[in-house]
Amino acid sequence: MEHNEPKEPSPVPDRTFIYVWIALLCLTGLTIKAAQLRMGAWSMVANIAIASTKASLVFWFFMHLKYEKMVLKLLLLAPIITITIIIGMTFFDIWYR
Amino acid sequence: MIETAHNDPRDYTGAKLGMWFFLFTEILLFGGMFLLYAVYREKFTGDFHAAGMEMNIGLGAVNTLILLTSSLTMVLAISAIKRNERNRSLMLQAATIVLGAVFLVNKYFEWAGHIRRGFYPDSAELLAMGHGKVLFFGLYYVMTGIHGIHVLIGISVIGFMLALTARGSISGGDYIKLENAGLFWHLVDVIWIYLFPLFYLIL
Amino acid sequence: MESNFYNSQTRYPGIFGWLFTTDHKRIGLLYLGSTLAFFFVGVGLGLVMRLELIRSGMHIISAQTYNALFTLHGVVMVFLFIIPGIPASLGNFMLPLQIGARDVAFPKINIFSWWLFIIGAACALTSLFIGNGPPDTGWTFYIPYSIRTTTNVSLAVFGVFLIGLSSTLTGMNFLTTIHRMRAPGMTWGRMPLFTWSIYATAWIQLLATPVLAITLTLIILERYFGIGFFDPAKGGDPILFEHMFWIYSHPAVYIMILPAMGAVTDIIPVFTRRNIFGYKAIAASSLAIAFVGYLVWGHHMFTSGMSDTARIIFSLLTFIVAVPSGVKVFNWIASMYKGSIRLDAPFLYVLGFIFLFSIGGLTGLMIGALSTNLHVHGTYFIVAHFHYVIFGGSVFGFFAALHYWYPKMSGLMYEEHLAKLAFVILFIGFNMLYFSMFVAGWEGMPRRYYDYLPRFNTPNLISTIGSWILAMGLVIMFYNLIHSLFAGKKAGNNPWGAATLEWRTTSPPPTDNFDEAPVVTKGPYQFR
Repeated sequence: MEHNEPKEPSPVPDRTFIYVWIALLCLTGLTIKAAQLRMGAWSMVANIAIASTKASLVFWFFMHLKYEKMVLKLLLLAPIITITIIIGMTFFDIWYR
Repeated sequence: MIETAHNDPRDYTGAKLGMWFFLFTEILLFGGMFLLYAVYREKFTGDFHAAGMEMNIGLGAVNTLILLTSSLTMVLAISAIKRNERNRSLMLQAATIVLGAVFLVNKYFEWAGHIRRGFYPDSAELLAMGHGKVLFFGLYYVMTGIHGIHVLIGISVIGFMLALTARGSISGGDYIKLENAGLFWHLVDVIWIYLFPLFYLIL
Repeated sequence: MESNFYNSQTRYPGIFGWLFTTDHKRIGLLYLGSTLAFFFVGVGLGLVMRLELIRSGMHIISAQTYNALFTLHGVVMVFLFIIPGIPASLGNFMLPLQIGARDVAFPKINIFSWWLFIIGAACALTSLFIGNGPPDTGWTFYIPYSIRTTTNVSLAVFGVFLIGLSSTLTGMNFLTTIHRMRAPGMTWGRMPLFTWSIYATAWIQLLATPVLAITLTLIILERYFGIGFFDPAKGGDPILFEHMFWIYSHPAVYIMILPAMGAVTDIIPVFTRRNIFGYKAIAASSLAIAFVGYLVWGHHMFTSGMSDTARIIFSLLTFIVAVPSGVKVFNWIASMYKGSIRLDAPFLYVLGFIFLFSIGGLTGLMIGALSTNLHVHGTYFIVAHFHYVIFGGSVFGFFAALHYWYPKMSGLMYEEHLAKLAFVILFIGFNMLYFSMFVAGWEGMPRRYYDYLPRFNTPNLISTIGSWILAMGLVIMFYNLIHSLFAGKKAGNNPWGAATLEWRTTSPPPTDNFDEAPVVTKGPYQFR
């Protein structure tokens, strides 16, 4: 059990955040393009995949998850698994009624 | 008097952990709404596509860019205060607030536009459009509405942090409050990252 | 008089030193007092219901009033008593002590949680008295009736929303506390099993309650704006409401039972003077119950019109979730084997808990089977089942913990003979009250009805008489606990000879819990 350590080993340079931001903007453009291609159900899959990539970038860099201890990274799985279960199991009803 | 690290009221890691736990609850709160969306999109796929055509992609995209940029300004504001660059941090926090406010203004106009055309819960026009469209717009108002409330809360909290930074209560040696406010703001951004394709990009 | 947390200096004078305290022990007592007060409100409502049902065809209240009564009985007992229940009261008091900390991670959020609870409870109770009167929908608020009824659903539901927020914040607080504030030497493997149960419960409070929050919000939005999410006329699906409601409310029952199981697990070794059997299995089973508990909510909906696929899957998972509970029961019994048993009141309540919870759990398996469920859904069989697990389980566990930790909280000892007498009367009354409901339900008596066919007269008469005996037991128990606050003998630091950290400090503890920070070198049930 550790004591206060308010400083990261070395501070993340502003540059990194700006690169991430640019990536996010590009991904936004990409997701609009993917929708305009009108691939039906695959458009939605692509859009969710791109959204999840964007969300991961925000979590990993903007929310500092990359620099946090493994414990926190693992704990984040809890709500993600829970919501997956909730939606998944409801669909056992919706799909098979 | 007890002198252990475990009773140290200034447990930085603990404060951050508490905030992350709170964010988990927000994920579940919106998760419940995403459940509703998933079910009704599955049931009324065609209607959802038709309703999606009524949405203004441009406005949605602009709002997405606004929130993404506000996340950037927020994280840069935190980096700045870690380096004790107080003025830079204040400006970046202010920029975040302004961007958030612009987002809400856009939302206002967007909602006003839809309401003017009769697309609001329980309206005669909407009910005439069929079940799928009724539910699409219901989800639209509830999800972007509750998201908007969170944007408003975020703006208020960052405004409060701005005051604390100006006063010196938040500084290079003690910035956990700002960092936690940032975590909340980023999550609000992440929710929108999902809302955008689900409401604006069903073509 | 020596200084302890009751007479210490506080930031605010007098009663405000309690209402605005940040001391987890005072907050625990605030919760204890308020939840017990609501418990007695719930008991009162229940007694009136039983009086109405004493005989077929005889009425002392109208049907509308009866509907409001069972709704309120449910809302008060579930949301105002048992869900805050053990975690908020005894958990708040004992958790920091058990891990050797000075307080919880966020003391100000802790008292804020209590205020949210009180304001929420006030909203829920106010719905009784204004406008069109209390809700008559049942505590489950099923659509469409909860949308159409003109009774005060919105106010009551908003109150529950606030209580839910209180619960969520408490969960967050306890999780952070356990992760960050354990004393030196207290590894995860040396935490008391009560602490483990609070940990597992906190995860459920954290992740399940938000789904309740959104569900309640949607009820209010539907009532005011008619959006149509659950209205078939607008394309909505009423079964989806049931999904969303039970996605929270099933994990909620594990919020109710896990802390009671944890308290029971702490008590047994002390009264058998031997180590707990299967520490790791009990800790793991708490986490397993918390996790698998998310997978079974559909078993409340077998007759709702859900798909057959869903029903089979939920039924299977319901059988699986019983396994970790079974593991606990076997470990508890094994922890008594070759023990030196002392049949004091806490242990009597533990024995009562194990017996009654087992009956409740086994009948749960009966109900979890699809074929049986079709016959017993909506009958008194269900009512009996959940009263056995929640009352016979959680509340008896709560009573055990109340007696066990009474000397630590008050510095005094309750009167043992009276406590034993109260237990016996409670146990008899309980079984008369609820076992007869198994019989009535099996024979087809429906629930939530203000009247019934004459052929159900006998079990109902027995049940109502049982309710009076139960009430008498409660009166004796609480008379004892309260009277002993004035006349009880002084209890020392560790009257039971327990080994968990809370017994290392004075009874009652000082404000900062320990005069010297404890260092942990052995397990929580090692007496030598």
